Amino acid sequence: MPVLHTGRRRTKLDRSYNGPPRQGPVRHISPAQLNLERVYEQNRINIQKKDATKAPEPAPGPAAKGKPRLLLMGQRRSGKSSISSVVFHKMPPNETLFLESTARIQKDSMHSFMDFQVWDLPGQLDFMDPSFDLDAIFCEIGALIWVIDAQDDYIEAINRLNSTILNLQPSYQNVNIEVFIHKVDGLSDDYKLDIQRDIMQRIQDELSDHGVENAPITFHLTSIYNHSIFEAFSKVIQKLIPHLATLEALLNDLCRSCRFEKAYLFDVLSKIYIATDSSPVDMPSYEICSDYIDVIVDVSEIYGWERPKEYIEFLEGPPWNKKLDDQVACKNAESVIVLTDMKRPIMLREVNQYLALVAIMCEGSHEKMPSVTMNVEATVTGLSEVFEITKHRK
Amino acid sequence: MDNLNNLSIQDEPVASPASEPRKQKKKKVLLMGKSGSGKSSMRSIIFSNYVAKDTRRLGATIDVDLSHVKFLGNLTLNLWDCGGQDAFMENYLNQQRQHVFSNVGVLIYVFDIESRDFDRDLLTYRSIVQALAQFSPTASVYLLIHKMDLIPPVQREDLYNHRVSIVRSKSATFDPTPFATSIWDQSLYKAWAEIIHDLVPNLDQIEKHLGSLGKMIMAEEVLLFERSSFLVVSSWCSKEIFTGDKDNPAQNPTYDRNERLSNIIKNFKQSTSRYTGTPKSAEQFSVFELKMPNFCMFIVKFTTNTYLGVVLPPGEERFNAAMENCYIARKEFEDLDSPAKKSADRGATSESLETA
Repeated sequence: MPVLHTGRRRTKLDRSYNGPPRQGPVRHISPAQLNLERVYEQNRINIQKKDATKAPEPAPGPAAKGKPRLLLMGQRRSGKSSISSVVFHKMPPNETLFLESTARIQKDSMHSFMDFQVWDLPGQLDFMDPSFDLDAIFCEIGALIWVIDAQDDYIEAINRLNSTILNLQPSYQNVNIEVFIHKVDGLSDDYKLDIQRDIMQRIQDELSDHGVENAPITFHLTSIYNHSIFEAFSKVIQKLIPHLATLEALLNDLCRSCRFEKAYLFDVLSKIYIATDSSPVDMPSYEICSDYIDVIVDVSEIYGWERPKEYIEFLEGPPWNKKLDDQVACKNAESVIVLTDMKRPIMLREVNQYLALVAIMCEGSHEKMPSVTMNVEATVTGLSEVFEITKHRK
Repeated sequence: MDNLNNLSIQDEPVASPASEPRKQKKKKVLLMGKSGSGKSSMRSIIFSNYVAKDTRRLGATIDVDLSHVKFLGNLTLNLWDCGGQDAFMENYLNQQRQHVFSNVGVLIYVFDIESRDFDRDLLTYRSIVQALAQFSPTASVYLLIHKMDLIPPVQREDLYNHRVSIVRSKSATFDPTPFATSIWDQSLYKAWAEIIHDLVPNLDQIEKHLGSLGKMIMAEEVLLFERSSFLVVSSWCSKEIFTGDKDNPAQNPTYDRNERLSNIIKNFKQSTSRYTGTPKSAEQFSVFELKMPNFCMFIVKFTTNTYLGVVLPPGEERFNAAMENCYIARKEFEDLDSPAKKSADRGATSESLETA
């Protein structure tokens, strides 16, 4: 059932993917075996390198392989579990205070427009331990998210990040490394930027000392107490979406033809936007759109009860004499709200069971809603087709 | 006038002596209870568009905070938020007894469920009720058993019933209406919506018209919201949601939906106000439409002081016709909202109050 219709939200931990933890000294390997593996590994890298030069595909690897994996890493107590609870389990931010420290790898799988897994790795794990099965963890990796506590001494965190990158770099070159400079709520804007600059500098210096240039590292300033964490995740996820360019082009066309100020394609459950038009993303518009989804979900939870059979028969009887399905124009949820300030409407249209299109329209365009609806309909058809194609690829 | 100097007058000063007699006519709403029981918090949430966590900023109320809350047209709440510290209570009961307790329309008494000294609260309550019986014997009394969120859910009902029965026995001639409330959920809206509901003067008429409008547009539900607080002032439910049993029409199983809707919209108003940069008390939206496969709904700006919410069965034609009809009905309701309202002038409204 689509989320918007039932108002059901993911509240409990989705534990279906919690397999046995792969950590600790499980594998006893002899030095010879280790050597063999090294050879194998090197061969694999060579093949990978060749592949990379041979076929520069538009949507590289990870997403096509099935379930891309997001790894949350960082020092202990930097806020990894809080992040995954807030973003993927809708936990209120102030309740994360009571989260226990994570002792083993916490695996969550998200069934959404695109299935992906979120692995929450305990901060105290040492990945460089040779007994550790790196491949098992990093093989399907979509992005490595490194969380740094901005309110703490971050030198140690940076050192560990650097050594991780250096270790990963040879074997997994196209892993996106996303650094979340976390807990920045309460810090002044200047200070935030100073910290970001400092961290960037330190990482780049260290990496270039080791001859690694242009590693794919992105920095985000985040906090679970506002929408910044969702925005950061949106950017991370967007890199994993095949055909992102097509989605964006569709949204751009829609914005141009309907004169929308901003359009977002949201994942309803996590409130991550997976695509947006090319105009710059600003926090307020993202917030209002994401809050609007909440309103729709909440309202439909209240009024979306199962109507009795007799009542529906009555509605389908005279004077309409039509099936209820034929009386509605659109089988998905549609909504619009007109703000008094500058008469700006915000519209929402459900795309499929996971996604919703939310857009801020231009001043006074509520009268033109019928033609807007038509354009949106066309765009939604386009979007669904794109997702259909991706599905076939699997 | 002497007593008045004692009061910290906030919102609208009792300006000139000339306006004094007119002010006297307005029924007072007294908000009382022990210090720290949450009176000002709830007032801020309902009438000043605070969210629950904003109330941490509130300090103790000194003496009485007077505010005039304009409601549906000719209903102006003359709300007296009385500071609850013992010294003030003493003062109300003695020096200012007549001033405070005369001409009271409604007493809202707040009990803190976590109070450590319930017996003393009861004593105070009893003297307040006695004073009320002396000066305004016709007033209605509402009990709010507040901060229910602090009690584990399993114990809530028993504890609440227990408290209410004790308080009831101490209520002299009054028959108080009890509510269990908490600022952290919609229960507060329920209590206040009912209090306001009882205060609206021409409610019978409004309800009758709402019902006929609802039947005409074949709505499942019609709700009338007050503009700034978004409390449901009046609501109507269709009896034509047929089931097999003719006499027993189906009902939306979510019994607290009105309060929840108020809560949802108020929260969204916070977001829109942040987005647009307009003050929270300002009007935030004019139309809201939602079309789902199993129901439709719209909320429109209706009369000067109200919004109208309509829940309909799905169907494009029905939806558009209903919306059009509601706009037509608007004029009729505008008259009900504020009868003598030719100009939106405040003085004119007060004038009509006097003659009414």
